[in-house]
Amino acid sequence: MANTQTKAGWPSWLILGLGFLFLYLPIFVLMFYSFNESRLVTVWAGFSTKWYGELFRDDQMMGAVWMSLKIAFLSATMAVALGTMASVALVRFGRFRGKTVFTAMMTAPLVMPEVITGLSLLLLFVTLAQMIGWPAERGMLTIWIAHTTFNMAYVAVVVSARLRELDKSLEEAAMDLGANRLAVFFKVTLPIVAPALFSGWLLAFTLSLDDLVIASFVSGPGSTTLPMVVFSSVRLGVSPKINALATILVLSVAAVSLLGWWLMRRKELQRQKEMRAAYAS
Amino acid sequence: MPQEQSGQKPEKNKRVKLEIRQVSKEFDGFKAVNDVSLDIYQGEIFALLGASGCGKSTLLRMLAGFESPTSGEILLDGVSLNGVPAYERPINMMFQSYALFPHMTVEQNIAFGLKYNKLSKPAMQAKIEEALSLVQMSAYAKRKPHQLSGGQQQRVALARSLAKEPKLLLLDEPMGALDKKLRTQMQLEIVDIIEAVGVTCVMVTHDQEEAMTMASRVGIMDAGVIRQVGAPYEVYEQPNCRMTAEFIGSVNIFDGKLTVDEADHVEITTPDCDKPLRMAHGISGSLGMDIGYAIRPEKVMVSRHEPDQPHNVARGKVMDIAYLGSHSILHIELPSGKKFQASVANSDRKVVGDDEDRITWNDEVYISWGERSGVVLTS
Amino acid sequence: MKGLNLSLLMGAGKRLVMAVPYVWLLLFFLVPFIIVLKISFAEAQIALPPFTDLVEFTDDVLTLSLNLFNYIDLYEYDLYLTGYISSVKIAAAATFIAFLIGYPIAYAIARLPEHSRNLALMLVILPSWTSFLIRIYAWIGLLKNNGLINNFLMWLGIIDEPLIMLHTPFAVYIGIVYAYLPFMVLPIYTNLVKHDGRLLEAAADLGASPVESFFKITLPLSMGGIIAGAMLVFIPAVGEFVIPELLGGPDTLMIGKMLWNEFFNARNWPGASAVAVVMLVLLIIPITIFQRYQAKEAEEAERG
Repeated sequence: MANTQTKAGWPSWLILGLGFLFLYLPIFVLMFYSFNESRLVTVWAGFSTKWYGELFRDDQMMGAVWMSLKIAFLSATMAVALGTMASVALVRFGRFRGKTVFTAMMTAPLVMPEVITGLSLLLLFVTLAQMIGWPAERGMLTIWIAHTTFNMAYVAVVVSARLRELDKSLEEAAMDLGANRLAVFFKVTLPIVAPALFSGWLLAFTLSLDDLVIASFVSGPGSTTLPMVVFSSVRLGVSPKINALATILVLSVAAVSLLGWWLMRRKELQRQKEMRAAYAS
Repeated sequence: MPQEQSGQKPEKNKRVKLEIRQVSKEFDGFKAVNDVSLDIYQGEIFALLGASGCGKSTLLRMLAGFESPTSGEILLDGVSLNGVPAYERPINMMFQSYALFPHMTVEQNIAFGLKYNKLSKPAMQAKIEEALSLVQMSAYAKRKPHQLSGGQQQRVALARSLAKEPKLLLLDEPMGALDKKLRTQMQLEIVDIIEAVGVTCVMVTHDQEEAMTMASRVGIMDAGVIRQVGAPYEVYEQPNCRMTAEFIGSVNIFDGKLTVDEADHVEITTPDCDKPLRMAHGISGSLGMDIGYAIRPEKVMVSRHEPDQPHNVARGKVMDIAYLGSHSILHIELPSGKKFQASVANSDRKVVGDDEDRITWNDEVYISWGERSGVVLTS
Repeated sequence: MKGLNLSLLMGAGKRLVMAVPYVWLLLFFLVPFIIVLKISFAEAQIALPPFTDLVEFTDDVLTLSLNLFNYIDLYEYDLYLTGYISSVKIAAAATFIAFLIGYPIAYAIARLPEHSRNLALMLVILPSWTSFLIRIYAWIGLLKNNGLINNFLMWLGIIDEPLIMLHTPFAVYIGIVYAYLPFMVLPIYTNLVKHDGRLLEAAADLGASPVESFFKITLPLSMGGIIAGAMLVFIPAVGEFVIPELLGGPDTLMIGKMLWNEFFNARNWPGASAVAVVMLVLLIIPITIFQRYQAKEAEEAERG
């Protein structure tokens, strides 16, 4: 709440404490049991890192990790390109014919149940293959297309929020100083919204890495992603190997996020210090 | 035509730099700018003054090239600017928010525009240094905008616009982002720099004090139309309509009828005053016509005793006194119920307890003024 | 003339920026729905792909065979009808629970000192950046008959034999609330943090108790955030597959799971399409509400 109301009393802390307990306890328990000697995930039988070793020796799992990383990298990159273009069109081009449809198509993927998106894309690929012979087989390419499609909506949310905040007079000033629209975009707009593009890319990357349902629909033989392997393993029951994988995933995501938060906070503090100094002199 | 009033001034001899010919701008059927024609002379600082939403910013943005006129034409040095994009116009603008690129240093900000002038590296470096020394910011060349105070940011913004040596400089609410104390200082500083460079300048502001301090000529804008153009003192002392009279400073306006219309004087009777209002010059009007008479608060005398003059006297009761330090404003109610404002200089030092001679609440007073103090308003 | 050519070029560039994402979305988002609609009217057959063509040229005559059996099937098999109803019920109830938990969290974060808000918010979102599947998997270990919760309760002596929690609707509720809670907290927080604290001071000044001010001022003003949060949870939850599959039992009917089974197990593509079309029709109203809210937010942001 703006200015005055920043008193957080004990009820606030209690709510936050319970909330974070609910959110994190299951994850911590999961991580804890990845170091369990026993195969049983519920009985503690001493510390061991053998499940990590088994995880890294699992060729199928490692292959899927590699496949997922490749798809996530490529689809996040494409989604940033397309999502940024869409944001620029929606935020900067004013009104144009078909904007309503465009906006609807950009926001619907955010909430669309995955089974529907997955099924509809599969049927598209099948129909296209029948009609024009492309895509000849389903696999990495089709998953990449599917992930790019829903990811660009998320990228657009992040990027257009930043674009809306951007002082329009910065772009006008650049134009006033002699830069044409293209130069304005690459020399002024893009550098200023770059952090948003980066967080959009990270978000798209993690979403792609995480997707099970859509990938299951549009994948083909030989293109098994990590969530698909995890899912088939989890369906059979609890396995400490999955716990080990989960621990690695959670720790790397947490490390990247906290590092990002810390860097941004440091930069912001530095900035504030410099601004105070500028006005004090 | 308002322009004719200022026609006798030396501006007439100056060269026209910018010509705005019957320019209109419509947004969704709303006329933001309505058939404006205006000449800006070489080397002058012209202020477009008006309340927010009066169309002044739209007009400025059309000069910069961010909006294109719905109809009409803008000519710079006799060449039409219609269809010329903002980035090809020899016109530069200092933005209200300064619009300094946050990811570039002061130096890079200035270099940004110079790159498009196709200069050699050393020539460009020389220009940057020249621009920075002009605004006394040479020591800050390597800083980023957020490391500068508001006044410093403004100087950089000015240097960035001037470095391109524009034919026309535009200022959008130049003091809008500064606090009051810094404003007065920066107003004079900026005028000095602009005059030193000799660039023609059009500024937009809603602050009349700013317009009057900085500009050599002022255009009063209202509802998309320019109501009056003239030197600051002209628009203040000779308003040509109620809108300008009321917009600039405060004013008392009497509504009356023209009863005497001679070559050297006119008289107006109004239900608000017992005696007629007299003005020492003739006007072009017809007897009996409805007419307005404006008198500024600082041009009247207030006294407890009836002055011995046959014209320009009003009687009333002091309802309120606003003490403003250098002067006080008396709010006087005339018998007709009309409220009248009179300004009284506080030339004596006011001492607590020593109030005997002073006019105070509920006093019956007489307000009087000379034949040359008021202005007749026909529209 | 150079200026004119340049601006023509710019116009083309502008159209390109607009057209590329537009065409992509038309091709990979809108057209697929039309195909789903089309195939939902086809007949299942044992072939690849396993459905018939709707439009056929037979003896130079164009025949369009619309097969409504897939929809009649949906209507006649109680199973599907029950599935739809229970999906909506489960999603609605879980959304409400997520609101009851999420609102206080969002409120508490909004009242934190400014510099800690971003960290707290990040900690709420962080789990949703890790694997969804793994977060649901974590609950299997907790909810099992010999899982941690049961073991703990038995150790405490509160219960003598394990509570059956896994493979029940209860587990599905927990799964949805747990997985989607951040999506409830985020929009509500975004809304609450914009509130002017002086409104509450004014209310207090006018004699309202803190509880009254909350219900008369804060809650109504945060309605936009609540609606966005509710839609972000409800719509995907209706079509959820992973949660009912892993945590629910055979009797927990949810339409996302049924579509999956129809497609992958029964290989009835037209049937699965019909399920999808009906689900989409069901969700059109909430999706429209969500989009209205998004558009309103965007408009407000643009006005500054």
